Amino acid sequence: MSFMQDNQWRVKVGLAEMLKGGVIMDVTNAEQASIAEKAGACAVMALERVPADIRKEGGVARMAAPKIIREIMATVSIPVMAKARIGHFAEAQVLQALEVDFIDESEVLTPADEENHVWKHDFRVPFVCGARNLGEALRRIAEGAAMIRTKGEAGSGNIVEAVRHMRTIMTQMKKLTILRGDELIHESKELGAPLELVRWVAENGKLPVPNFSAGGIATPADAALVMQLGAETVFVGSGIFKSSDPAVRARAIIKATTHFKDAKIVLEASEELGEAMKGLDVRQLDEKELLQTRGW
Amino acid sequence: MKIGILAVQGDFEAHAKVLAKLGVEAVLVRAPGDLDGVEGVILPGGESSTQLHFLKEEGLKDALEKFAARGGAFFGTCAGAILLAREVRNPAQESLGFADLVVARNAYGRQLASHVTSAPSKLRTEPLEMVFIRAPIIEQQGSGVETLAEAEGHPVLVRQGRVLVATFHPELTGDTTVHEYFLRLVSNGAGQDEGRKTKDEGIKTR
Repeated sequence: MSFMQDNQWRVKVGLAEMLKGGVIMDVTNAEQASIAEKAGACAVMALERVPADIRKEGGVARMAAPKIIREIMATVSIPVMAKARIGHFAEAQVLQALEVDFIDESEVLTPADEENHVWKHDFRVPFVCGARNLGEALRRIAEGAAMIRTKGEAGSGNIVEAVRHMRTIMTQMKKLTILRGDELIHESKELGAPLELVRWVAENGKLPVPNFSAGGIATPADAALVMQLGAETVFVGSGIFKSSDPAVRARAIIKATTHFKDAKIVLEASEELGEAMKGLDVRQLDEKELLQTRGW
Repeated sequence: MKIGILAVQGDFEAHAKVLAKLGVEAVLVRAPGDLDGVEGVILPGGESSTQLHFLKEEGLKDALEKFAARGGAFFGTCAGAILLAREVRNPAQESLGFADLVVARNAYGRQLASHVTSAPSKLRTEPLEMVFIRAPIIEQQGSGVETLAEAEGHPVLVRQGRVLVATFHPELTGDTTVHEYFLRLVSNGAGQDEGRKTKDEGIKTR
């Protein structure tokens, strides 16, 4: 697509490239951000409450307070991301004015628009968006997302949905690579995704932006699992700061992400970790309790 | 020729693609043993603070220091430039110190200051395209450091003996010029035990 040659697009995707192989951690204050940075996180995500608490406490979840984001930005030297509500372009404008490094248009917050996402090409700050399947991922990229993260089920501490979404996207991409050119129009219609992007994936066998995994990663082995399934990096939300020893768990998940193919190192990282977050059985949740179904 | 690419975090795959395009064997370096038989090492872009953790914890820092002491060649881009510097500021951070440089992290500003520009270099007559992403700035350089390119008033591509440093990302353009220059640095005197010299050792600039 024509926007892929723009310099603005190249530096947005460029920053996403720099985060590969690292771990991006949810933090709610400067102290947590500092723990994440010291453990070796490659970026932090500033938000009001971690997904596990949003789930528990309910109410409307919004962009974090600017004061908290500023404090986090002043505390760490790694990139700072922040979440805006789906379709809430004014929150995104505020985050850009704050000069955060990346905006997550996130289903973890309460959506502000039930039809439209933010038109991300209007922004100079790069965006990351969630996706459960290839059609959703390509629609977000068409709108200007410079990074995709599979949604998983945030705040669940349960890897099953992250696995489902990563496998779905990888399988759908593989299928495109073996289809004939004349079959891609139909596939574009089925996916609800622009033909040009469908063609791009068919030719390259991958998304045109980095594809990270999120939503349910709680242990080093969880990180190694999604990396082996094709994730290029992992987001860890509630998994770190809802565990009994955040600093140690943060370090262990980072180690397992880099050495995801080396089971001996993942074993080493898994030892003496303390308690993981308790987690939820996603099958016991009502449809309306799911965060992943937000976004269209 | 075999080139190692530090692969603990960052855009190491972008470097691997450039080497593949040039028909050079690349090995992803995640442990000290991966350096066996390697003639040059690339330190990619990424987060230098994250990469530094792995270097210190997993014996890679020692292994790279030994490689440097044997006169091994290095090429660092962005975060790699920070790791290679003698001194790091904004904030202060440990480094390998293989190049006599003082480097300030994120010195252009946050992501909003990331940009693409082009500027002349000593590598060829046409300008080089340069992608800067939360880039560092070389604030001071020793007398043994040669500036190969400047952009917007700052040195952005410099060389000290067999150590090549770029504050931008040549691996994110389709252009292989800077990597080809590094490969010539590697093949000129590879394995020689003469340490790093400040004078040009017969390396040709196009």
